[in-house]
Amino acid sequence: MKFVDEYRDRDIAQRLGKQIAELAGDDQYKFMEVCGGHTATIYRHGVEDYLPDNIDLIHGPGCPVCVIPMGRVDDAITLAEQDDVIMTSFGDMMRVPGGKGSFFDSKANGADIRMVYSPLDSLKIARNNPDKRVIFMAIGFETTAPSTAATLMRASQEGLDNFSVFCNHVTIIPALKAILDSPDLRLDGFLGPGHVSTVIGCRPYEFVARDYGKPIVTSGFEPLDILQGIYQTLVQLREGRAEVENQYSRVVPWDGNPKALEVMSHTMELRPYFEWRGLGFISHSAMQVREGFAAHDAERIFDVPGVRVADPDACQCGEVLKGVLKPWECKVFGTACTPETPIGTCMVSSEGACAAYYNFGRFDRDRVQEAVS
Amino acid sequence: MCLGIPGQIIEYVDREHGIAKAQVSGVRRNVNVQLLQQDGDEPQAEDWVLIHVGFAMSKIDEEEAQETYRFLEGLGQMYDDELKDLVDSDIE
Repeated sequence: MKFVDEYRDRDIAQRLGKQIAELAGDDQYKFMEVCGGHTATIYRHGVEDYLPDNIDLIHGPGCPVCVIPMGRVDDAITLAEQDDVIMTSFGDMMRVPGGKGSFFDSKANGADIRMVYSPLDSLKIARNNPDKRVIFMAIGFETTAPSTAATLMRASQEGLDNFSVFCNHVTIIPALKAILDSPDLRLDGFLGPGHVSTVIGCRPYEFVARDYGKPIVTSGFEPLDILQGIYQTLVQLREGRAEVENQYSRVVPWDGNPKALEVMSHTMELRPYFEWRGLGFISHSAMQVREGFAAHDAERIFDVPGVRVADPDACQCGEVLKGVLKPWECKVFGTACTPETPIGTCMVSSEGACAAYYNFGRFDRDRVQEAVS
Repeated sequence: MCLGIPGQIIEYVDREHGIAKAQVSGVRRNVNVQLLQQDGDEPQAEDWVLIHVGFAMSKIDEEEAQETYRFLEGLGQMYDDELKDLVDSDIE
């Protein structure tokens, strides 16, 4: 889908919205956009303004920062606070609150925590600081996991034994399955994640159509991509089909990136289980470093406490991540919990549903006032 | 970290490790293209790729690259933060 200017974008969006409304008729539909990038676009560009009221978009768990449980943040801070350690992390992770504060808090207390753009920047810090132990806080879905994997291979080749990875990579398919199995939610279809699919391709989603009878359309990140994805999902439903379709084929190959999958599987394996914020423990839903790369696995090198921390009582990120609650329905949304002083992860990341609602204000402020008063 | 930023390959600086210099949103930075090196095929000078956390993950055409830049610029702070991190990046 290509367009020439914003005026034409609006024109196309209005036409797509009209076609969606005609297809939907009087029926109610709930579609989940799986990826946090989609959620950000929806609220940044007011995509819902183009949709009829009977199409409800539910925000999925595809925001990697949002699904990190507080206990893993505390574990990472424990690692960071050791004397000879330099902890390195993507900037998105810095404000994520654990039970004993965030990376930013720990840094303010003297820990050497540095923001990096790439795991390869972390590797360079390790090369330049041979007397320090450099840990990379690895987070993300399959979009970022291959980069960590390739960095592990490079560290191994160079024999850079002062570099290790604290691996928190998660995989999208088990999370999707957990949502499909959740009794709380009835969904009619999915917008599949764009960038994750660049790596894994579209085939892994076939179970959604085959076993659950729901359409899923891998979609791009621009407003028109999302409207087009909704349109394609709806067409399938009206025609009685449930299939995997690729709206984002200009970037996503049907079979993904085989080399990226290969380096991931060479360096990492599935954990028996992993805790997701809001979704609880999900089996085979996250990756750990393989034994062959043990010299670069922070969980084998260091004594990781493995703490479990319950979310604060007031925080309802779990319900938001499962799509059961809209962000503004959370008790602390916009009052005790804001992007400046987040209580929950969904308010931290710019891709978190709560931050997207808060920052872009595409919601009914009267309802919010009513909900928080 | 989740944003894919388009970059245009300029030249290889370390072919063995898949490191190439690329023009990425107004700055020139080294990126890793090894995940696109397969079966004797690899990105060439002037090719466009979509870059995540310093790694080229997929090939795109120029039209898609320009549309993606336009979209990213519309994101405001979210894109600015990513660019700030990218500017500080020094991959070898």
